[in-house]
Amino acid sequence: MQTMLAKLMGFFLLGVVRLLTGSQARWYGCPPKAEQRIYFANHQSNADLVMIWAALPEELRSHTRAAAAKDYWTKTPFRQWITTKVFNVVYVVRDGSAADDPLQPLMDALTHGDSIIIFPEGMRGQAEDPLPFKSGLYNLALKFPHVVLIPAWINNIQRVMPKGEVVPVPVLCSVTFGAPMQVQDGEDRRAFLDRARLVVMDLREV
Amino acid sequence: MYQTLKNLSADQQIAALFVIVFGFLLLASVVTLLLTLREHGDGGFDSEADAEVARRRHNDLSNVEGVLKTSWLMALVFWLGWISGNRVALLLFGGVSFFALREFMTMSPTRRGDHRSLILAFFVILPLQYWLVGNEHFSLFTVFIPVYVFLAIPVVSALANDPHRFLERNAKLQWGIMVCIYGMSHVPALLLLDFPGYNNKNAFLVFFLVLVVQICLMTQHLASRKMRRPPAVPHISQSFNWPSWWIGMAVGSILGGLLAGITPFLPGQAFAMAFIACAAGSLGHLVMKALKRDRGIPIWRDEQGQRSGVAVTGANGLLERVDALCFAAPVFFHSVQWYFNL
Repeated sequence: MQTMLAKLMGFFLLGVVRLLTGSQARWYGCPPKAEQRIYFANHQSNADLVMIWAALPEELRSHTRAAAAKDYWTKTPFRQWITTKVFNVVYVVRDGSAADDPLQPLMDALTHGDSIIIFPEGMRGQAEDPLPFKSGLYNLALKFPHVVLIPAWINNIQRVMPKGEVVPVPVLCSVTFGAPMQVQDGEDRRAFLDRARLVVMDLREV
Repeated sequence: MYQTLKNLSADQQIAALFVIVFGFLLLASVVTLLLTLREHGDGGFDSEADAEVARRRHNDLSNVEGVLKTSWLMALVFWLGWISGNRVALLLFGGVSFFALREFMTMSPTRRGDHRSLILAFFVILPLQYWLVGNEHFSLFTVFIPVYVFLAIPVVSALANDPHRFLERNAKLQWGIMVCIYGMSHVPALLLLDFPGYNNKNAFLVFFLVLVVQICLMTQHLASRKMRRPPAVPHISQSFNWPSWWIGMAVGSILGGLLAGITPFLPGQAFAMAFIACAAGSLGHLVMKALKRDRGIPIWRDEQGQRSGVAVTGANGLLERVDALCFAAPVFFHSVQWYFNL
């Protein structure tokens, strides 16, 4: 019963997202492929999660898990249900209150063989350009060198539902996936993170 | 042949029309398919020039394929609308309005302060306008948007407390609503016009409008490709020039005159009505091109075929296909209503 309900909800949300945004995936730098990947994208709206989830093809969606802020997405029982049962997210604690490594849940998912989606800005940006990336991406890339890093740019989603509004409006959105990148030999943390941010920003133009 | 068709009932005549239209589309699709097959069979090129010719042919073909795809879609929409009655036809056209408006709004950046106005446009004005059409409130539906919405949208925007580029933002919203909702809703409104003695063959009137406008545009497009005249307004459109515009107008209007038999018009009237619809449609199409240029969307489908416009917004180009109709429908509707005193 529960899984039925989650499935129905999934279909319903997919329909809504497609109707409102067109949820177009543009595989610009790589094809959609069933290999283990870390997708990293810009973050402008809470709907980013739903958008990138809807843009992935059905076959990849089931074992690609997005990182979601635990404080926001577990606040109400409905949010918690939808993120666990429908989106199957990985909760991340972002206020630093966790006793152990905040990356641990993501590492568990990767060890388990799933692909993950992360938003390395850490919070929603308000400006044109994404905020500086946090180091989680770098740490994960070092720990799991065999996992492919894919940059992604989510376009327009902040116009669908600006902060503080409840009713979304229809605007076409797209997710552009770029070419795989990796940490180069001896590349230090800051250099890699800045490069990753630029790669994501470059996808705006293609 | 003509007599047999004439003796059929209205429903049978319309059914026959659909058989003919789908037949033509099928034929055209098969021919294009065969042409693409031949093109793939060619293999290597002897010279640069050959490659150039092949590339142009390929572009022409994908252009034709695009037009065919839209025609199939439109024919299907009309057919569905016809078999399931006026209510469903309204819903279908409402859907087209929705997607066209979505594309229009994507094209013109909106600010936070526009959010409420956008909600109003998509979820209140659009359904209301189609509801007015459906209930044949003809005197209200023609003024609802130009009079009432014209005031409502800026009021909502003003209440959002953001004076930045106020006029520009509101103008965009008003325009989107006028073109995508007001213009489009006049197409199904034709279905409900009550001509004395025309006994419910209004589907023909819609068919007449769509066909003459599309044929006019297509002829104009082909003529400008063949003649290669210098463009009349090069900053807005590379393909628009007056000689090919006149050719398009002539072909569209004459076709309209020939189709008088399926309309409530006499041949002369049909010619004039087709002329009006074609002029409104083709010039409206030009206006939309100017708008896209303003937004920095270069040319919807350039030399690479599908890529360019799609890249900017992720838009699928529905608006480009229906914009001429959005401008032609209200003008056509009012000319008919005024001339026949309906």
